[in-house]
Amino acid sequence: MAADAAPEPKANMGQPVPRLDARLKVTGEARYAADFPVGNPAYAFLVTSAIAKGRIIRLDTESARAVPGVLDILTQDNTAELKEVKFGSGGASTSIQKLGPEIAHDGQIIAMVVADTFEAAREAAYKVKATYAEDKPSATFGDEGLKEEDATKVSERHKHVPKVGDADAALASADVLVDAEYGTPTQHHNPIELFATTCVWNGGQLTIYEPTQFVYGLKNSLAKKMDVAPENVRAISPYVGGAFGSKGQFTPRTGLVALAAKKLNRPVKLVVTRDQGFTTATYRAETRHHIRLGARRDGKITGYSHEGWEITSRPDAYVVAGVEDSARIYGFGAVQTKVNAVHADRNTPGFMRSPPVVPYIYALESAMDELAARLAIDPVELRRINDTMHDPITGKPYSSRSLMRCYDEAAKAFDWSRRNPEPRSMRDGDWFIGLGCATAVYPTHVGPAAARVRMLANGEVQVQIAAHEIGNGAYTVIGQMAAERLGVPLSSVKVELGDSSLPPAPVAGGSNTTASACSAVLKACDAIRVRLARSVATTDRGRAAGFAADNGQEMRADLFRRLGVGAIEEYAEFIPRGGKPDAVKQLYAGQVAMTGGPNGEKLMYAFGAEFVEVRINALTREIRVPRIVGAFAAGRLMNTRTARSQYMGGMIWGISSALHEATEIDKARARYVNDNLADYLVPVNADIDRVEVILVPEEDHEVNPAGVKGIGELANVGTAAAVANAVYHAIGIRIRELPIRIEKLLDA
Amino acid sequence: MRPFTYERVDSATAAIAAFGAGAVGAASERQYLAGGTTLIDLMKLDVMRPQTVIDINALDRTALGRVETNDQGLRLGALAHMSEVADHPVIKRDYPMIAQSLELAASPQIRNMATLGGNVLQRTRCPYFRDVSYAECNKRIPGSGCAALDGFNRSHAVLGVSDACIATYPGDFGQALIALDAMVELRGRNGDRKLPFGALHRPPGGNPEIETALLPGEIITGFAIAAAPWLRRSLYLKIRDRQSYEFALASAAIALDMGKNQIVQEVRIALGGVASVPWRARSAERALQGRRLNEQTARAAADTAFADANPHEHNLFKVGLGKRTLVRALLQAATMEL
Repeated sequence: MAADAAPEPKANMGQPVPRLDARLKVTGEARYAADFPVGNPAYAFLVTSAIAKGRIIRLDTESARAVPGVLDILTQDNTAELKEVKFGSGGASTSIQKLGPEIAHDGQIIAMVVADTFEAAREAAYKVKATYAEDKPSATFGDEGLKEEDATKVSERHKHVPKVGDADAALASADVLVDAEYGTPTQHHNPIELFATTCVWNGGQLTIYEPTQFVYGLKNSLAKKMDVAPENVRAISPYVGGAFGSKGQFTPRTGLVALAAKKLNRPVKLVVTRDQGFTTATYRAETRHHIRLGARRDGKITGYSHEGWEITSRPDAYVVAGVEDSARIYGFGAVQTKVNAVHADRNTPGFMRSPPVVPYIYALESAMDELAARLAIDPVELRRINDTMHDPITGKPYSSRSLMRCYDEAAKAFDWSRRNPEPRSMRDGDWFIGLGCATAVYPTHVGPAAARVRMLANGEVQVQIAAHEIGNGAYTVIGQMAAERLGVPLSSVKVELGDSSLPPAPVAGGSNTTASACSAVLKACDAIRVRLARSVATTDRGRAAGFAADNGQEMRADLFRRLGVGAIEEYAEFIPRGGKPDAVKQLYAGQVAMTGGPNGEKLMYAFGAEFVEVRINALTREIRVPRIVGAFAAGRLMNTRTARSQYMGGMIWGISSALHEATEIDKARARYVNDNLADYLVPVNADIDRVEVILVPEEDHEVNPAGVKGIGELANVGTAAAVANAVYHAIGIRIRELPIRIEKLLDA
Repeated sequence: MRPFTYERVDSATAAIAAFGAGAVGAASERQYLAGGTTLIDLMKLDVMRPQTVIDINALDRTALGRVETNDQGLRLGALAHMSEVADHPVIKRDYPMIAQSLELAASPQIRNMATLGGNVLQRTRCPYFRDVSYAECNKRIPGSGCAALDGFNRSHAVLGVSDACIATYPGDFGQALIALDAMVELRGRNGDRKLPFGALHRPPGGNPEIETALLPGEIITGFAIAAAPWLRRSLYLKIRDRQSYEFALASAAIALDMGKNQIVQEVRIALGGVASVPWRARSAERALQGRRLNEQTARAAADTAFADANPHEHNLFKVGLGKRTLVRALLQAATMEL
């Protein structure tokens, strides 16, 4: 088991050193946002709406105010000084930021009680009574009153979608055509660490402790919200207890806590309850897809048409538009795509692990399996026939791509050759057996970043960068990069993250942290090496520059002596190729522009292949997943232990997404029904059996100086399709809407 | 949660005295606290708002927490924890249905805390009952309506429902007790009495807020199951959305006394996850009595069991799944090696 957890590094892979923060986390020493002790805190509790659409006619706070210990109740009447932070600017989200009287979605914040104790705040919150005038809401697809728009006309982020050639003509003349519709449900991130905010004012200085994927974004958005200068706000978030995209955006609760703390002149602490988190933060929206895939008899795809529909709130045109990526991954021939924003009476969705590709690649990879079945071609071979090293849309080359090597290694480990292609042909007693596979893919992102590195003569190194530890192993891999570059053991490196008083790093989203932060740290380390090298005579420079790989200590001490300093400190800014010259300045202001994926001179993507075995009871139709094998290639891996862990967790989430997860919506009331961890199902240990990860070596010097592709959002992509494809193989039923539950398999 | 008074008592008599003559059942301002796995949960959700909580964990466990087995049958003290009974070697061997119904429920942490008496009184998982922000719930607020009727009702019951309530009885152990004709032992202000377990729970009818036949202040002290030839060939089959820590979509408790040639001498059948109360499928039992047990007769019995099913928009599948579950459980019981 230990050997499994720490895979032997292959070419271009770093050592499987344990996480620097592992012990702190398992012993409870690591301090999460709500853990920070502050002097004499008051406690806040939210009150949220019980309807999805309408108006508050009356808000009765009288009996709530009478609860002993209640200090204040924020409502629409006393929060007017909070400024709007609009959707898209500073990443603000959820549709309505005022506490009333308009109600635009279920669970909208309508009041916040502040009291001396948590218990008093909670009791008083229960006693706030709202009376509503309720309108009939539109909850989701199929309901009356939705508004559908072409996303390219309304989205800030997606003004174009891929198109090449005449797809309609290609599809009309294809030998074989798959024409199918797919659907994915609402999902919520549900990180174990709840959404929490603590605000402390010290004169005009505001310190905020909030789990965030972007301390600089939080700092700047909160400054805007409170109408203060950004330099007066400091955001601290050294550990985030799971985020998955839910803690990247500025949401309405934060300003309320800052305002309450200001009014009371006392620190205020809020921990949002699990169910309130479903409606006061973001989620993965439900999607629908219409795919047409045409091919020649020999398996060559000639046309691909993909139209997507995504639910969003009334005011915000949030879409993920995953056709941007899906349209690149095979040699499709002609391509046409379209994305529609479908406005409903809901809170605004947001990023959730691999936002664009999870739903769109699920649909495409399901259609690929249908095409393989229709053509009677092995699903792996169909991918091979359509493998490409160029973008089918623009002709740009991939910087690197190892998809088929992933397929071949995973297929071998999985023993794919035992598969009888006939559905319902494999059985073990009362259980049907099904084998399925699918492609995992994720765009490689990189953003601007700045870092400060200080090296002491004794070899101690301090790295400072406001990157984020969200379970991604950031402390560890950033430390590894500095240790490697400066020729010191990892134990001599101290890494500081998650504080807006440090040099900025991008939002921990799009799996860019390792690429961006390590590239900036690498640059600062190299600057230190240059300064050391310059301290010696020209003839010695070659050797001095290479001190890292050399006899380290002695050489270093000598160099510091020559320089006559006790420490060298370097601050470096990294702007990726294709980034704007003022990218770091923008980053300081909380704005981040990523490059990569389909946008540069070359396509930058990481790939993987996943194989799943399912068993389905012939009578009662429960689905079990005894085995999943995934092989992934993503440039340089900094640490094989943390990489394997990311992939393993991703595949488990993929299984969850296929079989378990869905936020259920009461359609008549547009309200989330299973807004708790007992009813929002994720797999338990008993549901997960063998999970095997294969690390496929890959080298790519073009993606970024660190040579790494993001891996955090790779392995949960395609898994749901692999499971659905295995279910089809097991029992002959094609499920085109997730999750795959027992009731969908009873009629056969 | 709202402020409440906590009292700890060390005898059943003291508990009953402390309870006084208050209202019956869930609406009472006084509640007994045993394992707390339902009560505390519902207090946090603001669904239950007792003013006084009477802790009965200090009651004499040698009497109330004991498991007794002999030739006459089995007696289970109401304060015994689910985990103790599930792990009991004699129960595992001689009453497999009981052990399985307990072991397949909840999580180890909850089974270590929860008592048998509390378990059978576990309240429904209906999301509209458990979330006070919904104005309509006849169980919480009599006469307010039922949001589940036109809401999301996948987890709801198809048997024993009414126009006022379609909430599912969530327990597993209760199915074993009703299948095995258990007697429930009670102590109250007027002394001790016994009740067939099947008379403990009341179907919702027009008054879903009244869930049991318990009198105000009455305490469950134990359960008795008489020895019978069908106990060893018994099992509990639970079908759910994940393999652990989840309530049943459908379950079946089967006890079977099978003669030569697969002929059914006696069979006891209860169904879980599909009904408003612990559910005995007597018509299915009658359909199998004296017949050869095979897939065909099992299917016919299952059809009988669900003949009166009343499904709604999202739980229609429970009729089909419930039947399949029953068929699988019957066939599995028939092939048990004793």
